[in-house]
Amino acid sequence: MTEFFDVLFNVTRISLFVAVPLVIVALAGLFSERSGVVNIALEGMMVMGAFIGAFVMGIIATRTGLEGNLLFIIGMIVAIAAGMAFSLFHAYASVNMKANQIISGTALNLFAPAFAVFMANAITGFSKIKYPAISFFVREVPLLSKIPVLGPIMFTKTYISVYVGIFILIAAYIVLYKTRFGLRLRSCGEHPQAADAAGINVYKMRYAGVLISGALAGLGGLFYIVPITGNYDASFSVSGYGFLALAVLISGQWKPKRILIIALLFGFASKVSTMTSLIPALGNLDLSTEVLRLFPYVATLVVLAFTSKNSQAPRAAGEPYDPGKR
Amino acid sequence: MNKLFKKIIGFPQSESGESFLSSFSAILFGVAFGFILMLIFNPSEAFEGIGIILTGGFEAGRSSLGTVLVNSAPIIITGLSVGFAFKTGLFNIGATGQLTVGAFAAIFVGVNWTFLPGNLHWIVAVLAAILAGAIWGIIPGLLKAFLNVHEVVATIMLNYIAMYLVVLGVKETVFNSLRSESLSVHPNAAIPTFGLDKIFPDSSITGGLILAFIAVIIIYIILKKTTFGYQLKAVGFNRYAAQYAGINEKMNIVYSMAIAGALSGLAGAVVFLTQSGIHITTTYILLPQGFDGIAVALLGLSTPIGVLFAGIFFGYIKVGGFFLQRLAFEKEIISVIIASIIYFSALSAIFKKYVRKVFATKKNSDGGDE
Repeated sequence: MTEFFDVLFNVTRISLFVAVPLVIVALAGLFSERSGVVNIALEGMMVMGAFIGAFVMGIIATRTGLEGNLLFIIGMIVAIAAGMAFSLFHAYASVNMKANQIISGTALNLFAPAFAVFMANAITGFSKIKYPAISFFVREVPLLSKIPVLGPIMFTKTYISVYVGIFILIAAYIVLYKTRFGLRLRSCGEHPQAADAAGINVYKMRYAGVLISGALAGLGGLFYIVPITGNYDASFSVSGYGFLALAVLISGQWKPKRILIIALLFGFASKVSTMTSLIPALGNLDLSTEVLRLFPYVATLVVLAFTSKNSQAPRAAGEPYDPGKR
Repeated sequence: MNKLFKKIIGFPQSESGESFLSSFSAILFGVAFGFILMLIFNPSEAFEGIGIILTGGFEAGRSSLGTVLVNSAPIIITGLSVGFAFKTGLFNIGATGQLTVGAFAAIFVGVNWTFLPGNLHWIVAVLAAILAGAIWGIIPGLLKAFLNVHEVVATIMLNYIAMYLVVLGVKETVFNSLRSESLSVHPNAAIPTFGLDKIFPDSSITGGLILAFIAVIIIYIILKKTTFGYQLKAVGFNRYAAQYAGINEKMNIVYSMAIAGALSGLAGAVVFLTQSGIHITTTYILLPQGFDGIAVALLGLSTPIGVLFAGIFFGYIKVGGFFLQRLAFEKEIISVIIASIIYFSALSAIFKKYVRKVFATKKNSDGGDE
């Protein structure tokens, strides 16, 4: 029986590595869409954060030999900055130029991976970036790892990205729902004309929304690649996680708590393939890898089919702000 | 004569003229941006490089033009698919998935149904692809229309589901285990070249281009000349107004996604029903032609004719990108340029405004067109 729990804790812990970037990036989308700017460029922003973050970490590691979580934190800061800088393009197009936000977002998604390959080759001559991801691994947090259930899941064999993710989730909730800034931001996504009449600068708020979005998406990109590999390479993609995060955002009905639940469910479902040894019934079915891998997507779709009847999308999301409109 | 002259002079002000000019200026800016990047990172070869990008499609004469068209055919069709859904107010990000299932259906028929004689074989294979794509489009259509599931999310999920299912299907039914890819289709199942190989020798051109043209014409007719197309567009403009006008908006959403899916499925047949050694591999990868379709639809402003030109253009500079690898450049610079073009086309409102300003002096009748 202890073995059963060991594996269960293991799976839960690994599924957090999937869920954490999903939550962060879905929150990224949340800030942007709540301010009224649809952001399908999450994927591109993730790639930018992952690429530039890994790139800088790689350079620092080879030049100075710096390792461990200090390097990881530097990487995070760089990824945040990269994501923000990249998101400026989306903000400029959607806020200043009143452009179609889907078009601008698609352009950014196309741009990021191609740009990453181009830059990596132009600067280093390789399309591969090495950084010491192993040194970020937290084997055990003293004391806290002794907590039953939570200890083995959260405080052993993990990355600090998990804690940063939890912090961001709480912070995002407080900012959006408990501060004046959050209220203003949300009002710009619901009825910008009314917000404007109340003296809120809609343009500024939307810039803020998109920039926060870029910051979080960039960070999420880095968090996505770190537990997977210390060799970020070739195609520089985040394998569609930006789009998945968008799906989590929409199925989470643009609400932080529901986003968390959906992301956790998806993370868990995506690691269900590692549980075949646990549940004999599942193992006996002898399912192929493909079936196990498509399971989380089908599950999400089914959940959506039952929960989408009342969509809670921000009312003005996707519309350029037009002060003359009522 | 006078009339024609007036038409030419008036072109920049007409709606299609404005669209053309804004797309064209987006292309100019996009290419310029790519050139600047090349100048920064490899100034000595930048001029040669941009030359190759712009003329690569002609480099080996008709053979490379043939390659341009081989590249263009599927992305024209996926562009149509995305553009058609756009017209109904739906964002079909799932062209990739629909293309993938279409490709599998085509290959399945192409490999296994050898009892079909002659030309019937490839026709059935193409139809199978269209049908499979349509089914893959109907699913998100139904989910959207009746359960209010956002089509962007549904199609993203279906992309992955298609990817895994098709790899599974290939492994179970048409597997070449030596090369871990799908088996080659029967020669009869390859889309015939309709004589195009005479015009473009030494290229792997297939009749896919003809199918793309036919698709463009059909979609043009549906959108412009039929009540059905009018209803679809009405739903796209305002779902509730359309409903009020007595249009069954739910079924229109389903039809629209079905047609979009059918088109992407056709694109799958066009890519894979060939003898030139293209197979579905068993790596988990979303096929790029579907995403290219989004870019094509956006640059072509979702109109069939625009999509046709945009698709050929993208096919053209991709060939340039291929030749570019002779220099110290990555072919990804082409994707950078395409992305910039799309970005600038998003800003095209400003181009249009500018065009209007320039020509406003000549025309003073347009007052309250908002």
